[in-house]
Amino acid sequence: MKRKKTVEYSKWGYIFILPFFVSFFIFSLIPLVDTIRYSFYEYYRSGLKQIGPNFVGMENYVSLLKSDMLKYAGNTMILWIIGFIPQIVIALLLASWFVDVRLRIRGQQFFKVVIYLPNLIMASAFAMLFFTLFSNNGPINSILMSIGLTKEPIDFMRTAFGTRSLVGVMNFLMWFGNSTIMLMAAIMGISPDIFEASEIDGCNSVQRFFLITLPMIRPILAYTLITAIIGGLQMFDVPQILTNGQGSPDRTSTTLIMFLNNHLKSKNYGMAGALSVYLFIVSGILCYIVYRITNDDDDDGSKAAARKQKKAERRRG
Amino acid sequence: MKKKVVSILLLTAMAASLLAGCGGKDSGTQTGGSTTNAGGETAGGDTSAEEGQVINIYSFNDELKNRITAVYSEIESTSDDGTTSTLKDGRIIKWIINPNQDGVYQDKLDEALMAQMTAAADDKVDIFAAELDYIVKYTDADSDAAMTLESLGINPATDLADQYEFTKTVGSDQNGVQRGTTWQACPGVLVYRRDIAKEVFGTDDPVEIGKKTADWATMKATAEELKAKGYYAFSSYADTFRTYSNNMAQQWVTTENPNTVKVDQIVMDWVTDSKEWLDAGYFDPTVKGQWNSDWFTAMSSSSKVFAFLFPAWGIDTQMVPNWDGEAGAWAVTNAPLSFNWGGTFLCAATGTDNPQIVKDIILALTANKDNLTEITKKYSEFTNAQSVMSAAASDDTYASEFLGGQNPYGYFSDSLASIKMAPLSAYDQGCVELFQNSFSDYFQGQVDFDKAKSNFETAIMERYPEITTVEWP
Repeated sequence: MKRKKTVEYSKWGYIFILPFFVSFFIFSLIPLVDTIRYSFYEYYRSGLKQIGPNFVGMENYVSLLKSDMLKYAGNTMILWIIGFIPQIVIALLLASWFVDVRLRIRGQQFFKVVIYLPNLIMASAFAMLFFTLFSNNGPINSILMSIGLTKEPIDFMRTAFGTRSLVGVMNFLMWFGNSTIMLMAAIMGISPDIFEASEIDGCNSVQRFFLITLPMIRPILAYTLITAIIGGLQMFDVPQILTNGQGSPDRTSTTLIMFLNNHLKSKNYGMAGALSVYLFIVSGILCYIVYRITNDDDDDGSKAAARKQKKAERRRG
Repeated sequence: MKKKVVSILLLTAMAASLLAGCGGKDSGTQTGGSTTNAGGETAGGDTSAEEGQVINIYSFNDELKNRITAVYSEIESTSDDGTTSTLKDGRIIKWIINPNQDGVYQDKLDEALMAQMTAAADDKVDIFAAELDYIVKYTDADSDAAMTLESLGINPATDLADQYEFTKTVGSDQNGVQRGTTWQACPGVLVYRRDIAKEVFGTDDPVEIGKKTADWATMKATAEELKAKGYYAFSSYADTFRTYSNNMAQQWVTTENPNTVKVDQIVMDWVTDSKEWLDAGYFDPTVKGQWNSDWFTAMSSSSKVFAFLFPAWGIDTQMVPNWDGEAGAWAVTNAPLSFNWGGTFLCAATGTDNPQIVKDIILALTANKDNLTEITKKYSEFTNAQSVMSAAASDDTYASEFLGGQNPYGYFSDSLASIKMAPLSAYDQGCVELFQNSFSDYFQGQVDFDKAKSNFETAIMERYPEITTVEWP
């Protein structure tokens, strides 16, 4: 009688990853499937009465295309760009300063903590703070008036330009610390040999930044960009709180998720579901791109070159 | 080193792709969870088999709790955190308070009411509060969320005889059966600054000032006088809205035409007048709408605003805390047009397991003359008892220190007598809110008139999917 002597360890692996899959299944997958299912139904609440669910096919999708959805998508993009451009520029600058050995900035840890701090405040609290600061009778206007820059209080949130700028500034302040730390990790990953070699060759700091640092951190830069776009697509709390949910003026600061939230006021799961599916598709595509970039193990292009050569050989042979 | 960075990246990428799903998930989680959370709030209560140990009262602020604990004699003590009260016989009242903002209160209440039939006895909603703006949603006879007062053992004709008639109409369903009742009536008056009145008109006597604010035409001339001295008549266009909307001839949405929002001519008058007034400089241009910090600042001593339009609760809960000068700087007189603003109604939830106590509480708070007198004295409220209010109008002990020793109840009663209560619909809250928002852009010159109209149409159809057309006068 022979007995198997080997010990099965693999089951422990499954047991340890089980909690993730269970919670993913319950809290992500089922709601996700439900959302998609309800997007084909007329399903909302009128007062205390439930309407539906009645199957309506693609009607929700069509009526969304006919609505101002694309305008809100545009708003979301504009709000995001206003915040993202200063964010990435400042983050790159700070990151390359912080890791520069020759600058030897003192109190690095302190500054890292400080620039990250705004991200720790809840976005809604931050928006509330800005709303109060920039209100007509708020402190900013008091300061401007007392130093004589303006006679009448400036109504920041009256124009689309003002409101959008405020949202952009807030997003910038909240996220540039995060990007800085991410990019610092990327720059520190570059081998110091390369920097040394460039110095010996007489590279100045501007050349070093544009010719060595930037190309070397390209994958992480792309990753930062795409996660920021996905985050931007989901922009909600800052403009929602700042404009009291109205996206004023003239709905120019209404983002896609605020639009979705408007549908949820009447528990309109059908319409909100359809909008979510649109968003899901866009986020999915972006995710795919980031996946491709971060899984790219062909840093120097040698593998692609090898493939190309192989192909060429095959054609010849 | 490089390997490490890449593996960290992989991990974050994984987390990010998970997060990315969130964009589509927001609505989903609510779909899945909507029916499970109903009684969750009250879990952990007494689970003994005996029925009716816990009375659950849903409301949107401390107002109702304070009033009930003040006048309901069966209450022995209230816990320090204010979430429960113990009755003399050992039963417990649970105060479940969710804020009105952004519809949170109604969301929680709706979930609880929809799970009412299957909830455990101690988790059932017993009493809930509803504001005038959305009471119709709950008194609807078809959804039967609120019990009729009669089935509770209250006869409106005899038990509530002292109440104002219009509050009974408001608390009734479409068949005229009363399902909700209130302890307050909210006739609005004009509250003005005495110092500004003296400076501009040479007198702060309510009778004299009342002549200057008698109707909108005279009010306009008064506003011009105020403007000449650098003052504003009112703080914002939202302040005057209720005086117009309360005099609408028809509901926003009628029962014959359930898919159409009908905009009343009088609200369009509000738009025309408000634009004219704002452009003429009769409103403070820095104040946009109500309930924001600029509006509160307009009630302080540094402001140039002459008057506000408020019912009794507004003076007590908004003006008193925001006024930073000496007491006695304000006075009350008649508004250009009588109006009613707000009111908290009490409803007994269908399926309650404590009908007797619910009845006692409702009667104690809304029909007991002594209790209502006490509430009036304690909270300076205009209570829903005709005899108490007419006595108060001529009783100098009701004079208000904040109003410089003036007794405002005469003006409240006068206002109430001429109130033409607009018929309500279940869509009032959304219509009022979205209408003001949409036309706010127009007043500030951000959009033209037609764009404001179409923005209102978009917003109202978003809020209420069953609305398909908007009819303009």
